[in-house]
Amino acid sequence: MNIEQQYIDLFEEQYDALCHNSTELMNAPRKEAMAHFEKQGIPKKGVERYRYTRLDDVLKVDYGVNMQCLLPKFNPYKEFECDAKGLGTDLHFLVNGVYYDKKPSDAEGVYVGSLKKFAAEHPERLRPYYNRLAAAQKDSMAEFNTAFVQDGLLLFVPRNTKVEDTIQLINILHSNVDMIIFRRILVVIEQGAEAKLLLCDHVTQQQRYFSSQVIEVFVGENAHLDIYDLEETHNLTARVNHVYVEQEGNSNVVINGTTLHNGLTRNDIYVDMIGQGANVELSGMAIADKEQHVDNHTFVRHKVPNCTSHELFKYVLDDVAVGAYSGRVLVERDAQKSYSEQSSKNLCLNSKAHMYTQPQLEIYADDVKCSHGATVGQLDEDALFYMMQRGIPKTEARMLLMFAFVSDVIDQIRIPSLQERLHHLTEQRFRGELDQCAGCALCQK
Amino acid sequence: MLVIKDLHASINGKEILKGINLNVKPGEVHAIMGPNGAGKSTMSNVLVGHPKYVVTKGSVTFNGKNLLDMAPEVRSHEGLFLSFQYPVEIPGVSMVNFMRSAINEQRKYHNLEPLAAGKFLKLMREKRAFVEMDSKLSNRAVNEGFSGGEKKRNEIFQMAMLEPTLAILDETDSGLDIDALRIVADGVNKLKAPDRSAIVITHYQRLLDYIKPDIIHVLYDGRIVKTAGPELALELEEKGYDWIKEELGE
Ligand SMILES: Nc1ncnc2c1ncn2[C@@H]1O[C@H](COP(=O)(O)OP(=O)(O)OP(=O)(O)O)[C@@H](O)[C@H]1O
Ligand SMILES: [Mg+2]
Repeated sequence: MNIEQQYIDLFEEQYDALCHNSTELMNAPRKEAMAHFEKQGIPKKGVERYRYTRLDDVLKVDYGVNMQCLLPKFNPYKEFECDAKGLGTDLHFLVNGVYYDKKPSDAEGVYVGSLKKFAAEHPERLRPYYNRLAAAQKDSMAEFNTAFVQDGLLLFVPRNTKVEDTIQLINILHSNVDMIIFRRILVVIEQGAEAKLLLCDHVTQQQRYFSSQVIEVFVGENAHLDIYDLEETHNLTARVNHVYVEQEGNSNVVINGTTLHNGLTRNDIYVDMIGQGANVELSGMAIADKEQHVDNHTFVRHKVPNCTSHELFKYVLDDVAVGAYSGRVLVERDAQKSYSEQSSKNLCLNSKAHMYTQPQLEIYADDVKCSHGATVGQLDEDALFYMMQRGIPKTEARMLLMFAFVSDVIDQIRIPSLQERLHHLTEQRFRGELDQCAGCALCQK
Repeated sequence: MLVIKDLHASINGKEILKGINLNVKPGEVHAIMGPNGAGKSTMSNVLVGHPKYVVTKGSVTFNGKNLLDMAPEVRSHEGLFLSFQYPVEIPGVSMVNFMRSAINEQRKYHNLEPLAAGKFLKLMREKRAFVEMDSKLSNRAVNEGFSGGEKKRNEIFQMAMLEPTLAILDETDSGLDIDALRIVADGVNKLKAPDRSAIVITHYQRLLDYIKPDIIHVLYDGRIVKTAGPELALELEEKGYDWIKEELGE
């Protein structure tokens, strides 16, 4: 039986349980999404967007599912000593895709909490948003998520409200058996509002995990949103993450992702700029060794004039790791005075590591400024020797060079304490001290 | 201090050094002159252990130890310093982090604690003043976007920080303006001590006017073909290298 069929059968058998443990708003699109998934299947060879990442192997695993939305005996608030000492964030947890209850912070109409719960109480408020961007793109892996997802996080910031504290969502996978989990994050930042969201992915046991995540982001006029995403899982984890962003006029969005430790990762970031003067900054850093695989795919659409987009992605690959970056920028006919830059810079420390990089520009307007560039290189031997002549041993010199290489991606982070923390974690990773996720290294001092 | 015996070295299978003999005693300053392509930089690089070069014959001892057996960083810790003819740019690595690593690695080698942050910055300030280097330069990445002269000044700054016992200056004077030349020369002179030595590679007399060498060598086609007192430099400046070639019967 093929892999798709297993999930199609599972869907049919468990449909009632799926719906029963979720809510109408999330249940409504399931069947249609499943039909799309059935039609397209898991992306096969020849699907351009998934050119560098095969998902068949990681989906072949016989994963357990959590359709009853059970929480394991595991209190993340107790087992993750994460408090003001750390980053001073407003902390939330999804354990195996299920929101771990916390009193919702209701200050000034801001909602941070269970997506399922809010959707059950106020479905009409989320109807204009939920699954609108995801469904439009018809990506079979996002449809897969829509079919099965039952809970997640909602961040809703009403008009002209500024959320001071960074909201931190820690995703924990915690299971005694191999497991597939689905989660959904919906972010609505209304006109003139501001927020910062930090996402951290962690796993706790040596199981195989597959996590499917879809993030839909709506940023209103003059609104600001930063999303920082840190994956620190292990070699047995596969993650497929879709981020769909819609930006209105003069909005500002920063998305900065770090793959510090993983198994197989596919991040798919789609940005629609529908209002003039919108600006988006996408950046990413990946450090991969052993057989790790990191694929970032971005697609930025300049639909209207005067929007700007910046992309900076840097990878450091060792052993037989594989990295891929494919970035597509589409400047539509009316999008005059668009500015777009894309930069993909990569270090392969080893001749067996592979980097595929493919920046792509499609321009249909005539008055635009667009640039792109990609490099794949090794550490500069002359620089290494220069440092050794000054007494710095080769391993240390390599460290300094690698660290220097990625530091401008880290510098994109606009939360100083997080920036500092990431510099530190990156250094530890290069030194081999972070061989795998040891709990929330971000929070534990 | 440094004893080089019959040193042969090659790059990509091509022999460049063809039997160098040189003996530098503590406190001495030697100058090495010689036409382009003679092998001066090659000799410097071989001494500091550049992996591009292969030593095919000969020996080098430094303070009685076999220099050629040491890793490049160990040579540095043992007191050897090369001011490169072409210093490399290291984008993204700040001068401060670079120097802190260098100093603390050296201290570690000598079983000393790392320097406290305050003390380190004070040392940076002192040495910067010593070579009259703009503080802006030391806040930047190593050599990145430095002008030719600024790079050379930065080499002397690093030398002042690391206080080597044997410094090799490979054309540190080229590309320097008159003031910078004096500062570099002063930098070298201030480091002069009975237990410190220097090898100064140059094409010009003017640096030697400031740094008074004890001995002058001419390196030609991979060998030291002439050794004499300071007056030799003046003679070379006046007459060029042809007469030496003639003496050698070429
Ligand atoms: N990679 C290489 N392959 C072959 N020959 C090389 C290589 N690198 C250097 N050489 C040769 O080695 C010889 C010595 O070069 P070196 O740089 O030591 O000369 P130098 O005396 O320092 O000259 P200058 O006064 O111009 O600085 C030159 O003929 C040069 O062309
Ligand atoms: Mg030279």
